[in-house]
Amino acid sequence: MSTIVTLPDQSTATLPKVSYLNKEYGLKSWLLTGDHKRIAVLYMISITFFFFIGGAMAGLIRLELLTPPSDLLAADTYNKVFTAHGIVMVFLFLVPSVPATIGNFLIPIMVGAKDLAFPKINLLSWYLYVVAGIMILCVLAFGGVDTGWTFTTPLSTHYLNTHVVAAGLAVFVAGFSSIFTGLNFIVTIHRMRAPGMTWFRLPLFVWSHYAASILMVLGTPVLAITLVLVVLERTIGIGVFDPTKGGDPLLFQHLFWFYSHPAVYIMILPGMGVISEVISTFSRKRVFGYTAVAFSSVAIAVFGFFVWAHHMFVMGISSYSALVFSLLTMLVAVPSAIKIFNWSATLYKGSITFETPMLYAFGFLGLFTIGGLTGVFLGSMGMDIHLTETYFIVAHFHFVMVGGMLMAYLSGVHFWWPKITGRMYPEGVSKLAAVITFVGFILTFFPQFLLGYLGMPRRYAAYPPEFQVLNVFSSAGASVLGVGYLLPLLYLTWSLKYGKIAGANPWQATGLEWQIQSPPLTENFVETPIVTHEAYDYEWLESKKGSEVPTVG
Amino acid sequence: MHFISPVLWQFLIKWLTYFAIFPPEASSIAPYADALYFFLVAISVVGLGAVAFLVVTFSIRYRKEMNPVATPIEGSTLLEATWTIIPLILFMICFVWGALLYFRIYSPPPNAMNVYVVGKQWMWKVEHPGGQHEINALHIPINRPIQVTLISQDVFHSFSIPAFRVKREAIPGRYNTEWFEATQVGTYHLFCTQYCGTLHSQMIGEVVAMTPEDYEAWAAGATSGNSLAQNGERLFASLGCNSCHNSGPNAHGPNLANVYGSHLQMKSGSFVTVDDAFLRDTILNPTMHEVAGYAPIMPTYQGQVSEEGLIDLVEYIRRLDSQYRIDQTINNSAAQPIQTGATPTGTSSPALAPGTVKP
Repeated sequence: MSTIVTLPDQSTATLPKVSYLNKEYGLKSWLLTGDHKRIAVLYMISITFFFFIGGAMAGLIRLELLTPPSDLLAADTYNKVFTAHGIVMVFLFLVPSVPATIGNFLIPIMVGAKDLAFPKINLLSWYLYVVAGIMILCVLAFGGVDTGWTFTTPLSTHYLNTHVVAAGLAVFVAGFSSIFTGLNFIVTIHRMRAPGMTWFRLPLFVWSHYAASILMVLGTPVLAITLVLVVLERTIGIGVFDPTKGGDPLLFQHLFWFYSHPAVYIMILPGMGVISEVISTFSRKRVFGYTAVAFSSVAIAVFGFFVWAHHMFVMGISSYSALVFSLLTMLVAVPSAIKIFNWSATLYKGSITFETPMLYAFGFLGLFTIGGLTGVFLGSMGMDIHLTETYFIVAHFHFVMVGGMLMAYLSGVHFWWPKITGRMYPEGVSKLAAVITFVGFILTFFPQFLLGYLGMPRRYAAYPPEFQVLNVFSSAGASVLGVGYLLPLLYLTWSLKYGKIAGANPWQATGLEWQIQSPPLTENFVETPIVTHEAYDYEWLESKKGSEVPTVG
Repeated sequence: MHFISPVLWQFLIKWLTYFAIFPPEASSIAPYADALYFFLVAISVVGLGAVAFLVVTFSIRYRKEMNPVATPIEGSTLLEATWTIIPLILFMICFVWGALLYFRIYSPPPNAMNVYVVGKQWMWKVEHPGGQHEINALHIPINRPIQVTLISQDVFHSFSIPAFRVKREAIPGRYNTEWFEATQVGTYHLFCTQYCGTLHSQMIGEVVAMTPEDYEAWAAGATSGNSLAQNGERLFASLGCNSCHNSGPNAHGPNLANVYGSHLQMKSGSFVTVDDAFLRDTILNPTMHEVAGYAPIMPTYQGQVSEEGLIDLVEYIRRLDSQYRIDQTINNSAAQPIQTGATPTGTSSPALAPGTVKP
């Protein structure tokens, strides 16, 4: 019945003669492509580049913090390094990480379309990203910027003589890249689903990207406006945030966090989508409570917009607004808890295997649970007073962003690597990398919770000596973590040439992307697929295999 | 161990001497904050334990070797309701508990001793009402509530004392307050926790909590001789404030005696409670606060008075409990400092100026 072309499986697999990778050759065919898969690959190369730049900065930070005085880096340099780490990691890695790479590659295929709704805007989005990236690199090359990634006024507008304007404009440009990606996803998911692909047959990966896209489209413009105001205040002194001109510096905090709190969900939601796919596939079961998981993504997106002032509990907002924002913060924690338990329950009566993506997904479950629960500490107003602006915050958001999102990203990259490249990654060494990453991560960031409760402030180049022991643990962990991140870079590159040929569906997964050849054709599907089954229907997959004669497409 | 490697031994000794894992509990708030902390740690351990238990048990019980064929399960509304409602209840407990703690931390008792703190890049300037000025240090007596009125003269700073579990942002252009009551004699860290530029990590100091007797001795020895109110009085005279605020029959400005804490009627008809922030703001932006019954002729003093000067003026006006004091200011104009505490109280003050309402 199915019109989807299937390939014989891994044992006899060969690389297809024609795919999106070899249809055209030459740099120009890549730089002017409209193909969402090629753009995804371009994005993947660029964000990997920036990830390792940001990672090098993190390495410098941890080296400096090995000893209490600021000896390796002067205070000024240290400030520039952590600012660069923040800006690069947040705006050039985490925000585009899953959506612009894996999402870009998979959303059209998962909904059964040939491409995204606006292929040229998709390419423009990558170019904007590159422009923003080059601007940031120029800022770093010409002496850096030391505002912190939060651009706090009036520090950023009146008291620094570094390249604040250029950095602000770079983030502004990067913001448009993210708006375009979100817009493209929303239109594609609404308008380009294949016949039979109803909303509740969509993979949860698509649902979580949909929720994240809404946040991107509605939240990012506010950041853009805010940064423009910072730039105008700095250049022509308009005085929106300057108290001596009747402006309000707290207004900046409101505007900045109105984007930057939802941005956390922009970063984590697509990762949650990856986890849904991976856990379902390796336990051979439909995700437990599909509807609850789908709607919890939407709930996170909606509630996520109304919690921003929990970043400002100590800044002197009114007690009543603090109460409301604390309450809403508690509510937004609930959908995340639902997801965690639903993923755990998916394993129940499954038939579980432990390939690398699954190990990363387990890592995600553990680390994200810790990250989420420590978020409750910070949402609890009285506790937040002691914990905010300390290393507790640093540990908390690294558990969510690195322990959660980066684990999910690596899980997704391993999971779809055979689809993207047509070749398998080496299983043994990649399992080792997953374990190293997990151990290194715990060792790096767990001591920071203790440091935070002790009161060690964040963004300190020098610190009192009694904090040293925990900092040494943290720096030691960071070097382990570094190995954990370098390994995939090496073996994934190696596998491009030497990896085993994967075949269409090495994981025997149910998504539409696994029913086409690996790597896919430029137009994804030979014929538009007609969807007759629910998402994660493993019985459908079995029956299809039994009844069909495999054909090479 | 020292016979194996003396170097390593020294290293360990040094480490363990400096190793801390839990901050001292040195204020009346700290036990309350720590109680919530341990509750939160407990629910985190339970939550993480539950997830870990499920994942590990299922991974062992339902791994492919044990369970070659998966059983399809749609979901379970009952189970999903369970793990929606239980976390929701726990989070609501955290919310209520956290809110109660928040109000405890940020509601100063009325008898608190006031200390002014001005943050600037990169130091804390502490101004005691008795005229003690400190940089990057704060001396306080134990067992007495201390209220800190905070302001920054440049960028955002944050006044954090981890041993007391309190923190509040020092923001340019507005007063924020925090309070604490030290319970243990000792020296504690004072940090700026809001990133404020190059030497952010050197904007640190110490809080010295002393017995009341030691504090009295320190305060007597450290005073500059003039209280903040006395400095304010001189400033009041030298800026010529008393040419309008003199309560004379043709005064151009409202009478300031007893104005602090009163409800003032504004031109718009609304009432404002006069507090530190209001006084500061009327000096800097007088046209934004037009008091009923007076022409808006007061010039702005923006840029003419430092944050410390503003504190002095506020402190002076706060203590103006009678017209006599203003007359004294006019007559003396800072020639001889007057003990603020020794103000004659029996002097009758003239009728209240229009626009002021006795609380």
